[in-house]
Amino acid sequence: MGLLELLNGARWGVHPHDDHKRPAADVPLRVMPLPKRLCVPLLQHVGAPAKPCVAVGERVLRGELIARAQGNVSAPVHAPSSGIVTAIGEVTAPHPSGLPFAAITIELDGKDEGLPTAESVDPFGLEPAEVSQRIADAGIVGLGGATFPSAPKAQLGRKLAVQTLVINGGECEPYLSSDDSIMRERAGEVIDGVRILMHATGAAEALVGIEDNKPEAIVAMRKAAEPFAAIKVRPVPARYPMGSDRQLVQVLTGKEVPSGARTASIGVLVNNVSTCAAIHRAVRTGEPLYRRIVTVNGGAVAQPGNVFVPIGTLIEDLLAFVGLKETPARLVMGGPMMGAALPHAQVPTVKGCGGILALTAAEITVADPSPCIRCGSCVKACPMGLVPLEMVARIHAGDYEGADKLAIDDCLACGCCAYVCPSHIPLVQSFSHAKGEIWKRAQQKKRNEFTKGLAQARTERLEREARERAEAAAKRKAARAAQTAAATGSQETSA
Amino acid sequence: MLAAILSLTALGLTLGLGLGYTARVFAVEGNSLVSELADMMPGTNCGQCGLAGCGAAAEAVAGGTVPATVCPGGGVALAQAIAAKLGITLSLEGMEDKGPMVAEVAEDICIGCGKCMKHCATDAIVGAAKQIHGVLHEACTGCGGCMEDCPTGAIVLRPLPVTLRDWNWTKPALAA
Repeated sequence: MGLLELLNGARWGVHPHDDHKRPAADVPLRVMPLPKRLCVPLLQHVGAPAKPCVAVGERVLRGELIARAQGNVSAPVHAPSSGIVTAIGEVTAPHPSGLPFAAITIELDGKDEGLPTAESVDPFGLEPAEVSQRIADAGIVGLGGATFPSAPKAQLGRKLAVQTLVINGGECEPYLSSDDSIMRERAGEVIDGVRILMHATGAAEALVGIEDNKPEAIVAMRKAAEPFAAIKVRPVPARYPMGSDRQLVQVLTGKEVPSGARTASIGVLVNNVSTCAAIHRAVRTGEPLYRRIVTVNGGAVAQPGNVFVPIGTLIEDLLAFVGLKETPARLVMGGPMMGAALPHAQVPTVKGCGGILALTAAEITVADPSPCIRCGSCVKACPMGLVPLEMVARIHAGDYEGADKLAIDDCLACGCCAYVCPSHIPLVQSFSHAKGEIWKRAQQKKRNEFTKGLAQARTERLEREARERAEAAAKRKAARAAQTAAATGSQETSA
Repeated sequence: MLAAILSLTALGLTLGLGLGYTARVFAVEGNSLVSELADMMPGTNCGQCGLAGCGAAAEAVAGGTVPATVCPGGGVALAQAIAAKLGITLSLEGMEDKGPMVAEVAEDICIGCGKCMKHCATDAIVGAAKQIHGVLHEACTGCGGCMEDCPTGAIVLRPLPVTLRDWNWTKPALAA
């Protein structure tokens, strides 16, 4: 951080005056009783969807593999409890579109029978590659929300010889406290996970960044990290989006990630605190990722707080557990800034789901947009140094290429610009639309090239076939001619 | 006799070499704009535009005899790309973007004649004689050429189903 920034404080982002994290964050962690049914999705991560390896009617145990990873960037899926597989088909995805995606439905028998517990292993006696393999087998993905599979990430870190691990305990989204909860209650697991990751990647130091609005978590983590000199717990100012990897890396290490590159390119690997706890369980005891802490919060929730939830639990079951004071005006998966509005409550929780918000009408009021007054508030707020007002003007005029030139690709969709806009212009919504449109056009171009190749291949094939037919016909003709010649020849000799 | 043969040979050689030389030196280059436009087109020569293939369409667009919106297969994206290339303003009137379309075979009336397979420029239709045919979504350009050849009318064009991967937000309305 430069001197100017130190004096002025961070120049980017927003600071919501009320982060709505408490009282939910202070309620002790609860464990949700098993629901009757779980719908475990096959695509809960970045990459290729997992491929089912169980059949309908089969009985599965807790922790059993039910879908295998496909390809390098993918993650397997495990049964969160024991029961019978009743369907392998489509359920509504936790996505604003309400489109379906593939999931395995398990009717639970309530016995919660697990696989025989494996012997605990010492991760530091294993080769780094073996550690990565155990992380991959457990289906661990980034639990901060980006859901990138953790094993390929660790391997990439090792390949690029990263020196620094940044452990993300920022959790800057208002309302959410699932990372806070895991740091308060399972700090030992998190720190052990960090050590295992350092072993797997070969990193020399780990910086744990925690926003200073979580003093209890900072105390717990400092205590757990005390014996390990290479792990430093660093409080960072509470400022949204501090939990974004680029921003946290910049604050903690002073290095800026170049546009279009990953943090690994500057020798830093970022992992979330909840992911580290999951890695600890996966590597030490072989427990796959089949449950996680979810913050249930919002004005409509009777008993907000953090809940240990099996993955695949339907939101309606989760809401029934915490109780509702009133019918929520909107359901959101994730935080209020970047979360996805849900079409209804019959959608499953996924590995990347850190929070479920049941918001009241008062919490979601939206004002009608008025014209841009070019005040520049959005420029100041943008953590990526973009120019939102210029980008939205281009998008509104249908000039997506112009928006692309203004580096819309670097937009995190954090929503700071729309949050501060005094004219209530739907800025981040426009950027999401434009990014989708640009992607669609690139896809269309690729498709065109593909079909062009197909058309060319077909023309060549038809020409080859015609040539071969002609050659075959000529050959037959020649053979016939030879035959007739031979026949007349033999007739002549016989005569 | 010999003089006639020699003089005619000499004449032929001179004229032939001269013609060959001028053909090379004063060769008229093809319009590079046309070939660039042709590269942008889908290249399947589906004929939906009513012209004889993508090359002819590119020539017509470059010549200004047809609008940039000539190619139904390329859709709005291609029309905008062409307009940007030619530096003209684009009127999208009369061009509704229905999004990518794909052919679909109705199994109950398909008789497995194989005519559609022979027509398809991208080999997107698979099947065998007297068997129901299927359409490969990735390869189908939605040109509709197969529909005309189907004797039972079993082929219809449908919009490509939207998946989670390619779903997009609608453009939010701004204040005027």
